[in-house]
Amino acid sequence: MTSYLIRNAQILGGPAQDVLIADGVIQQIGADLVADAEVEIDATGLIALPGLVDLHTHLREPGREDAETVLTGTQAAAMGGYTAVHAMANTFPVADTAGVVEQVWRLGKESGYCDVQPVGAVTVGLEGKKLAELGAMHESAAGVRVFSDDGKCVDDAVIMRRALEYVKAFDGVVAQHAQEPRLTEGAQMNEGRVSGELGLGGWPAVAEEAIIARDVLLAAHVGSRLHVCHVSTAGSVEIIRWAKAKGWNVTAEVTPHHLLLTDELVRSYDPAYKVNPPLRTAEDVQALRKALADGTIDAVATDHAPHPAEDKDCEWAVAAMGMVGLETALSVVQQAMVDTGLLNWEAVADRMSHRPARIGRLTGQGRPVSVGEPANLVLFDPAYRGTVNPESFATRSRNTPYKGLDLPGRVHATFLRGRATVLAGALVEPGEPA
Amino acid sequence: MRHLVSAADLSRDDALLILDTAEELAQLSGRAVKKLPTLRGRTVVNLFFEDSTRTKTSFEVAEKRLSADVINFAAKGSSVSKGESLKDTALTLQAMGADAVVIRHHASGAPARLAQSDWLHGSVINAGDGTHEHPTQALLDAFTMRRHLNPGLGNDLAGRRITIVGDVLHSRVARSNVLLLNTLGAEVTFVAPPTLLPIGIENWPCEVSYDLDATLAKTDALMMLRVQRERMNAAFFPTEREYSRRYGMHGGRLAKLPEHAIVMHPGPMVRGMEITAEVADSPRCTAVEQVANGVSIRMAVLYLLLGGATASDTNSTNTSEAAK
Repeated sequence: MTSYLIRNAQILGGPAQDVLIADGVIQQIGADLVADAEVEIDATGLIALPGLVDLHTHLREPGREDAETVLTGTQAAAMGGYTAVHAMANTFPVADTAGVVEQVWRLGKESGYCDVQPVGAVTVGLEGKKLAELGAMHESAAGVRVFSDDGKCVDDAVIMRRALEYVKAFDGVVAQHAQEPRLTEGAQMNEGRVSGELGLGGWPAVAEEAIIARDVLLAAHVGSRLHVCHVSTAGSVEIIRWAKAKGWNVTAEVTPHHLLLTDELVRSYDPAYKVNPPLRTAEDVQALRKALADGTIDAVATDHAPHPAEDKDCEWAVAAMGMVGLETALSVVQQAMVDTGLLNWEAVADRMSHRPARIGRLTGQGRPVSVGEPANLVLFDPAYRGTVNPESFATRSRNTPYKGLDLPGRVHATFLRGRATVLAGALVEPGEPA
Repeated sequence: MRHLVSAADLSRDDALLILDTAEELAQLSGRAVKKLPTLRGRTVVNLFFEDSTRTKTSFEVAEKRLSADVINFAAKGSSVSKGESLKDTALTLQAMGADAVVIRHHASGAPARLAQSDWLHGSVINAGDGTHEHPTQALLDAFTMRRHLNPGLGNDLAGRRITIVGDVLHSRVARSNVLLLNTLGAEVTFVAPPTLLPIGIENWPCEVSYDLDATLAKTDALMMLRVQRERMNAAFFPTEREYSRRYGMHGGRLAKLPEHAIVMHPGPMVRGMEITAEVADSPRCTAVEQVANGVSIRMAVLYLLLGGATASDTNSTNTSEAAK
C-alpha cells in the first residue's frame, strides 16, 4: 500500500504539522517529519479533517441505476471528502431484507471509494404496515444498525413504537422522516407566504413537528434511540431541544441545503429547488444554524438524492423531489456555518464525522486525526473560491441548486484507510498508483 | 415585454396600455367584418393541458380576429396523453415555428417554466396555471370594472373598492386580480371562510374579512369566485347550505350594495349555491359582459406582445386599422 507524507496540514486544534500515513494507519504526526514515504503532498493552507460520514445518502442501486450507482455515488462521496455513507433503503427492490442490504454492502466494498453502510427499511416495502426483518438485516454481513423508511414517514404510532422497541435488542436506531401524511397531501413546497402567492400546495411545518413530538415521546416511553432525519423547521428544533433537555436518547440531522437556501427561491419554479422536506423560511434557516452550532442538531447529513435530467427538466408539479449534495456539502457548510462564525473546523469535524459515526455505530470511522487511528481523512482547502459546475460532478445526476454559484472551499484529497481516493481534486482509480 | 405569465409582470403603464388598446379593439366587435390583418402570417398555438371552453374559445376568437394562424393543441388524445413531457411538446411547437403559445396547465408554474426555459423562443401567455394565476382574466375584470366605475382611456381604478368572495385559496383569478387591481390603485377585500384563504394572506396587498354582509355597503364591485364541487367534500366548509348562507350572493345582499356597484363572476357560475339566479340574471351582474370583454383584452395582449407596438403608436395603429 502506498505511503504518504502530508506536509504542513492544519491539524484541528493545533498548528500545521506533517502527517505520515502507511499501512492504512496514521503513523506519525509532527513538525518536519523525516520519513521515507512514496508520495509527498504539500498541504500548506489545507485543513486535515477526519473522513466525513454521511448518515443519509441515496445511492439508488438497485433499481435506479440511471440516476446513480453505488460506484458513482461513492465516487461522489469521495470527491466530497466522505469515507463512509449510509445508503438509504428506498431502492427497487426496497432494502427490507438481508439479501438486498448485503447486495448494497458488497457493491460498496467493491467500489473501493467509500464505506457503504446500508440502512434497512423499517417496514416491508416502506408501506408502513408490517415490520421488516430488522434482526435479519442486522445479522447479515451488512450489520445494519440504522433503520428508516425515509421518504415515507412511519405514521402509524403502533408500528413506530414497535420498531423503536425492537431495535433495542441490537442497539439499533430508527431514523424517521417526519411527515404527517394527511397534512401534506398535495404538498409541493413549504406552506407559507410564498406557497400562497405561487398557488403551490403547502407542506406545513406542523406536519413535521407533530410527528417529531410524537416520536420523541414514544422513544422516551420505550427507552429507545430515535434519530430525526433532515430537520427543517424552527419548531422541530425546539421539540428536539426539549427532548434532549429531558435526557432522552434523541439525535437529529440537518441537510446542507436547509442551512443555506430558503423557500423564496421557489419563486423561480426551478425544480432544482424541489426537495422533501421543502426549503423553509429564512427564520427556519437561522434556527437550524443555531441548533447545529449549539449541538441540538447533532449532524449534517446530505440527503444526496440524485435524479436523471428528465425527472427535473420539467414543470415543478411533476418534478422529482431531491437534490444531489455529496460533492458540495462541505463547501455549503463552510459558507453557512464557518464563514459566518457559527462553527469552527473542530465543530465541523464533530458534526460531519464524529457524531454521525457514533449515531450509526460505525467503528473505525469518525475517529480523530491522531497517531494510531485508521487513516480516514480529508484535506480541505477553505481558501479556494470557485463556481459550481455540475458537469464536473462524479455523481451520475446533475440536479444541484448550486449550478453557477460561487461556493467556498474544495476537497484536495481524501484517504480511505490510507488509500487516496481523491488526490489534487481528482478521483484516484482503485489500484492506480498515486 | 415578451411574455405574460403573471399579473405582477405588469406595471401600471403596461396595464393601462393593454386596457386602452382593448378599448380601441373592442370597437371591432360592432362591425360587420370583425377582423384585422395585424397578426397575419404569425402562428399562435393554444396549448391546453386542462379542459377549458370559455378561455380557449375567447383566445381563439381573439387570435382569429387578428388574422393569426391558429393551432389548437389539446393534451387529451395528443402525444401528451402518451407521456410526452412539457419540454418535448414545447420543442415540437418551437420546431413548427410558433410565435406565441397560449398555455393553460393544471400545474402552477408551468407557464413560468416554459417562459424561463430555452425550449421555446416565442411569447408565452398564461391562460391559467393550477392555483397560481390567470392574468388575462384579471385584465378583463379590470377592463369591465373600469367601464362601469371610471370609464375613459388612461383611467385607472384608484380608490375603487373591490370585494372578492369565495374560494381564494384555490383561485388563480383571485391571485391575478389582487396583484393587478393593486397596481391600478384599487382597494381589494377578500371575503371567505378562513379555510379557503391562503396561509400568508396577511402579506398580500388586500384586506381580509370573514363577514360578507359587513363589506357590502362599501363595495364598488363584488366579484364572486367559483367554488369547485370537489372542495365541498374536503372539509373546507361544513355543508353547501352553510356556505351558501354565509358567502352566497342573493337578492337581499344585492340590495345592500351601493346602487352603482356591479356583481362580477368569472364563470362558470354554480347557481343556487354561490349566486342565486336573481342576482346572476340581474342587469347589475356583468358575467356575460366579462366574456365579451375577454376577447378584446386577449386581442390587445396578443397584439402588444406579437405586434411589438409602443404606447404611442398603439392608438394610432389601432385607430387607423379599425377604420379600414
